[in-house]
Amino acid sequence: MSEHMKLFEVFLRSKRGLDHKHVGSLRAEDPEQALEYARDIYTRRSEGVSIWVVHSADIVASQEDDCESFYDPQDDKPYRHAMQYQLPEAVNNM
Amino acid sequence: MSKAMIKQYAVRLGDDALVQGHRLSQWCSKGPFLEEDLALTNVSLDFIGRARMFYSYAAQLEGGDVTEDWYAYQRDCRDFTNLLIHELPTGDFAFTMARQYLMDEFGLAFMQCLESSSDETLAAIAAKAVKESRYHLRRSREWMLRLGDGTEESHNRLQTAVDDLWDYTAELFELDELEQGLANDGIAVDTIALKSNWGMAVGALLGEAAIDIPQTDRAICGGRQGMHTEHLGHMLSDLQFMQRAYPGQEW
Repeated sequence: MSEHMKLFEVFLRSKRGLDHKHVGSLRAEDPEQALEYARDIYTRRSEGVSIWVVHSADIVASQEDDCESFYDPQDDKPYRHAMQYQLPEAVNNM
Repeated sequence: MSKAMIKQYAVRLGDDALVQGHRLSQWCSKGPFLEEDLALTNVSLDFIGRARMFYSYAAQLEGGDVTEDWYAYQRDCRDFTNLLIHELPTGDFAFTMARQYLMDEFGLAFMQCLESSSDETLAAIAAKAVKESRYHLRRSREWMLRLGDGTEESHNRLQTAVDDLWDYTAELFELDELEQGLANDGIAVDTIALKSNWGMAVGALLGEAAIDIPQTDRAICGGRQGMHTEHLGHMLSDLQFMQRAYPGQEW
């Protein structure tokens, strides 16, 4: 049964102010059911305050082959990286 | 109201939760697919947790050496006072969800009333249960619609399940002397008062799910008095096996 159902990716926000993070995937018949299963599978120990579920098929992913053209050109442009910036201690979660 | 009466009431509610939770737990590793297997067992754990709270309170009122475990593992069939509908075997998935739906619709309203019980402990347990019950109901309602309005087979199985369960629902709305007395004192829930709302909610949902409401006025009762179906004994022999074989065993 399960293999005929749609695949969803699950994103959880662990607390207010933070980003949703990918936590895993699951199969469900529709988005509503996916949301409920996400609650049952990924938030049993109060891991989240918000859940997103997304059809896996709707995600457009970059390919391994793209690596060279996507990322390498940035390596020799250090001014783009905030390497010299000291993060104040009071700033968490960055 | 005497402590003994409140204790008896707490044991009844504990028995309901334990038997319901155990039946759901029997789906563990046998669910139709992984996600639903996890969801079913989550709900099962909610009920087992609820049983623990009611039994702990009963043990506290009882005093002496009695513990929550004693209520679950050391009593015999006739000492259990759960509603009969809970002890019926899991059946197929449609039967499990139909029972769950009928009981969730009842359970949420019941716990919402118990929340304002004049007994503080019962009210506190109910307050915790209400949140879980809302989720349980949301889940089982969805499954009712999905199965009832699904394929011919899922529809037929759900209709059969509702037909088979229906005569057991009358017991939800029976009050014996004990519960009537406790209800008069604002401790127990007057379930008779819940009946019409339950009937309307269930009727509306079954209509939406294209399921016929069984036309019967047969009422199968007796659970509160320890008169059970043949199924409870078999269930307990499984549930209590370890403590029966190795009394006092801990791990």
